[in-house]
Amino acid sequence: MLNVKRFKGSLMQSELSVLFRRRRTWAMLVTISMIPIFLAVAVKLSGSTLPPGEGPPFLDRVSQNGMFVGFTAMLLAIPLFLPLTIGVVAGDTIAGEANTGTLRYLLVAPVSRARLLLVKFLGASAFALAAAFTLMITGIIIGAILFPVGPVTLLSGDVISIPAALLRIFLVVIYVSISLMGLSAIGLFISTLTVIPVGAMAATVVVSTVTQILGTLPQLASIHQYLISYYWLGFADLLRNPISLGSFASNALLQLAYIAIFGSLAYGRFTTKDVLS
Amino acid sequence: MAPGVDPQYAIFTSGLTKSFGKHNAVDAIDLRVPRGSVFGFLGPNGSGKTTTIRMLLGLANISSGEVSLLGSAIPDEMGIALPKVGALVEGPAFYPYLSGRDNLIRFDAADRHAPPETRAARVDAALARVGLTQAAGKKVHAYSLGMKQRLGIANALLQPRDLLVLDEPTNGLDPQGTREVRNLIRSLALEGITIFISSHLLVEIEQICTHLAVMSQGKIVAQGSVEELSAGEEQNLTVLTSDPELAVQGLKSLSINGVIDGKSVRALIPAGAHQPEDILKSLVDAGVGVKGFTLLAPTLEERFVLLTGEGFDVER
Repeated sequence: MLNVKRFKGSLMQSELSVLFRRRRTWAMLVTISMIPIFLAVAVKLSGSTLPPGEGPPFLDRVSQNGMFVGFTAMLLAIPLFLPLTIGVVAGDTIAGEANTGTLRYLLVAPVSRARLLLVKFLGASAFALAAAFTLMITGIIIGAILFPVGPVTLLSGDVISIPAALLRIFLVVIYVSISLMGLSAIGLFISTLTVIPVGAMAATVVVSTVTQILGTLPQLASIHQYLISYYWLGFADLLRNPISLGSFASNALLQLAYIAIFGSLAYGRFTTKDVLS
Repeated sequence: MAPGVDPQYAIFTSGLTKSFGKHNAVDAIDLRVPRGSVFGFLGPNGSGKTTTIRMLLGLANISSGEVSLLGSAIPDEMGIALPKVGALVEGPAFYPYLSGRDNLIRFDAADRHAPPETRAARVDAALARVGLTQAAGKKVHAYSLGMKQRLGIANALLQPRDLLVLDEPTNGLDPQGTREVRNLIRSLALEGITIFISSHLLVEIEQICTHLAVMSQGKIVAQGSVEELSAGEEQNLTVLTSDPELAVQGLKSLSINGVIDGKSVRALIPAGAHQPEDILKSLVDAGVGVKGFTLLAPTLEERFVLLTGEGFDVER
């Protein structure tokens, strides 16, 4: 149960307020919202309708129904751009505080190191949610402006109403946010290893990129299902009728495993390290 | 309370050591900081003061030895002691993109013991105390070093404290600012707060301290109340001569270890061990051309220099 009175004025609230007051955070969210806008404008300007199956999935449907702009933009953003922003936020968590020296003042405030890690992880997760939400909402708005909007034809051929489609959209946002939480945990761990935030950010993005490259190598098929990015594109399952929650559950489980492993590593490292910066 | 800790001490360490590899940055120190004292922690840059402070506050692991802070064992009972401790460690550090006030709100929110209802009032009071009320709304990246230093002190004063640990609090302050900080420390001491203040400059803090410890190369080389240290059991011998090597030889015959300092030879000798005329006689007998001769109780400053060495060189 979330205790609102305790949350108010707490470190968690302070963390979110500092995170979302940073110009850098807003710059990333604005850039994220550009993805669906560019996509929709490009489709609108090209005029011609793509034959089904050409280009990224759903792209052929965008001009028929604006509701698909968000989905398509999400498919474009999740392999590269969203992990990039997560790398920036998660890589900065501890290393950024160490770099400015504010880490020592938080610790003598005092904040226990375990609590600080938890707050930082939740902050990065909140950013992931905000990023996915921003992208989807912008997609819906620009889609509604440029294209007709109506009941959505699912991948299974069924047609659902707009409110039912909005529920699916909400589920996709949750799915994508969860998908990025494992990477946030990795970024958090890397961030405890250094006092140079840029290094931790870059390393986190490298992890995401290498993982996806490994995911394309057929020789490594046996380990693919354990890669953090294995289910990243799997939210299409939420667009079938009856709704298929299989990949939602598998993805959540996989991300949870990554959070457990890298959360423990981060804890082990951070609670024993000398804070000398 | 940790066993063997006398409750009259705000800070009590035994055999406190920090090693980096083979090298002991802090070497088995026994600090005794009485409650209610203004304790000056002196030593040249690189002597291990900040590393000691980091261990006292649980920021750095203790290699060996024990620390008791306000009667709580560090690091195990850090959560009990730290809310009663305000600290300025190795210079102020803030979020440059937040205002001075928002920075203090952030650090106050980090402490679960700090009541959120009184936060705004406490932050404003701390800002007023260091004279930053006017600049409170400005972003910290626009602050001068002196303003950041004051904001750091304000951060240490967000709540009523039993102990203030101030690491080089006058760094970057102009003479006026240094005086203000000294006055602030005096008024805090009058409220009964124990103040542990580190500095590499004795003159900055000797007027306000009741107790001193001098650190050199990781070891405490002197510790006690200012009276104890000033009274001293040693005298400062200075021989002015054109032949310092010969003077050193001459002093050796009295088992005095002289140190050459330009055209003079200095030595620290136990008070009353030698009469000045005896020393002078053996120098003259050794054929030393003595141009000047003094045997005086050293000032605190001289004692500090003798204990720690002079000059800007980091000793290791």
